[in-house]
Amino acid sequence: MGSDPLFSHGVTLAVILIVLLKVVVAFAVLLVSVLLMIWFERKVLSDMQNRIGPNRAGPFGILQTLADGMKLFFKEDLVPDSADRAVFKLAPYLSVIPAFLVFAIVPVGGVVHIFGHTTELQVADPPMGILFLLVMSSISVYGVTLAGWGSGSKYPLLGAVRATAQMISYEAAMGLSIAAVVLITGSLSTRDIVTSQIGTYLGFIPRWNLIRLGIVPFLIFLVAITAEMNRPPFDLVEAESELVGGFHTEYSSLRFALFFLAEFMNTVTMSAVIVTLFFGGASGPDIVGPSWIWPIIWFLIKTGVFLYFYVWVRAALPRLRYDQLMTLGWKVLIPASLAWFLIIAGMQVSSYLGFGIFVLVLILGGFLARASGIGNLSDQVRLGRSRSVGTKGVD
Amino acid sequence: MIDLIATQITLPDLITFLVAGIAVVLGALGVVLMRNPVHSALSMIMTLFAVAVLFIEQDAQFLAAVQVIVYAGAIVVLFLFVIMLLGVDKKEYLGKDKLRGQRPLAFVSVLIIFVEILTLAKGNWATGAKATVMSTTSPISNVEQLARAIFTTYLLPFEATSVLLIVAVVGAVVLVRRVDEKPGEAEQPKELETESEMK
Repeated sequence: MGSDPLFSHGVTLAVILIVLLKVVVAFAVLLVSVLLMIWFERKVLSDMQNRIGPNRAGPFGILQTLADGMKLFFKEDLVPDSADRAVFKLAPYLSVIPAFLVFAIVPVGGVVHIFGHTTELQVADPPMGILFLLVMSSISVYGVTLAGWGSGSKYPLLGAVRATAQMISYEAAMGLSIAAVVLITGSLSTRDIVTSQIGTYLGFIPRWNLIRLGIVPFLIFLVAITAEMNRPPFDLVEAESELVGGFHTEYSSLRFALFFLAEFMNTVTMSAVIVTLFFGGASGPDIVGPSWIWPIIWFLIKTGVFLYFYVWVRAALPRLRYDQLMTLGWKVLIPASLAWFLIIAGMQVSSYLGFGIFVLVLILGGFLARASGIGNLSDQVRLGRSRSVGTKGVD
Repeated sequence: MIDLIATQITLPDLITFLVAGIAVVLGALGVVLMRNPVHSALSMIMTLFAVAVLFIEQDAQFLAAVQVIVYAGAIVVLFLFVIMLLGVDKKEYLGKDKLRGQRPLAFVSVLIIFVEILTLAKGNWATGAKATVMSTTSPISNVEQLARAIFTTYLLPFEATSVLLIVAVVGAVVLVRRVDEKPGEAEQPKELETESEMK
């Protein structure tokens, strides 16, 4: 089970200070990474769209986000007359705080020795581990729901209902793909998930969960969390190109900034979670120098790849229509993740019986997937055909 | 009482228990006393969340997570959905009861439950001290102990519950679904109402 060796000798003042230090560092790093992520996204996006992008504030426009943040900070803070004031003010924080807290369970490095204590480089390593991610994502739904309702206006309410339905639908697929990871690890702790992925097959193929689970759970998880955090191509929650935004239509100033902070923080955190679950997390070969620094570097590289991936997806894919979104979530992702979960469970059970049962389960699973596929074949055809006109966004 | 607290429980545990306990009670009061149904639902989330904190304080981490995921994350969201979509906000009619004698009966049942709690507690007051049902010091984690209990000792009740849930889901689908109409039309509540009125 996961537990930090820091607490093995009782809780002293030094231990509390180390924990505080970790919290402050994680908080600061996350905020700075959000600043950089927004700048990075705008810069890469403008490169892909053949324009220059932010280039005024600081070198390469790197301080643009800071300038935008200051501007939002000094803008007038409007509360609509018909709004429920308390709920309206509470909602942005329900979006931001879960986004912060999820990062606490992500292992960003190996085990280090500091001030005579041994500790893991992550803010917390609770035994419930990865379930904390599900807890926080179920809380962050309230941020969207209450923002829409609290605004006391029709469009935000409709946007919020739509968004909540989306987030709840994709939470199921996300949970099922996490269950596959937990099944093969045998522990909920994120630290255990990372350590179980250390090593290689044949000397050069890493023992990542991506490979151990087959690629399917990873793909399902990727799609599900993209929908969960309302990134393109599932961003109809707040479709920026449409006239009425969505749940945050009535928000302005700092509270509006908080919603965007939450979204980009979720992007950073979820990239880190993907790396933890499927790509070996903070582990990799030491090349040169102190051994504690290499896990951190590998972690940053892997996370950076996914941050780039999200920007790329945003530039490349058109937005899904609402019915396509729901079809994909309920009729494709959830059955697929359930079927794959069965296959992996079969593999786990049959590992000592040899390969035969695994093949049998695979065939049965194939039949199962085929059988459920025939039922919604027409939906998939529709989904595929109308994807080319998806940008028009009928909903 | 004070001795009991001092011997069984550490100071951080006591503080956690007090804060979470007060939050539970305040949330529960809020559910009943708030005028606006959405505010009531929010108070309920506070209660559920604080109960999850109490679970963590008891080292029942899995229960805590499931408490928030299932209750706060799914069930209360559905409550909010219904409240928001049906527009029961702001005003609620609190005049005559639909069930006659509902209020005195509620009062009596509350009294019964209160007496029951008092008799069951019998001096074992809730102090935030660690529970003794499962060993909290054993090397096997809480999740593993729970899994073992569910999948060995209590396998039959567990499976029966899952069957019950499936039946409920299938029943809901059968009730909502209409084969004759185009898909999507049946989901609109207005049409359902007019249909049932015509019948």
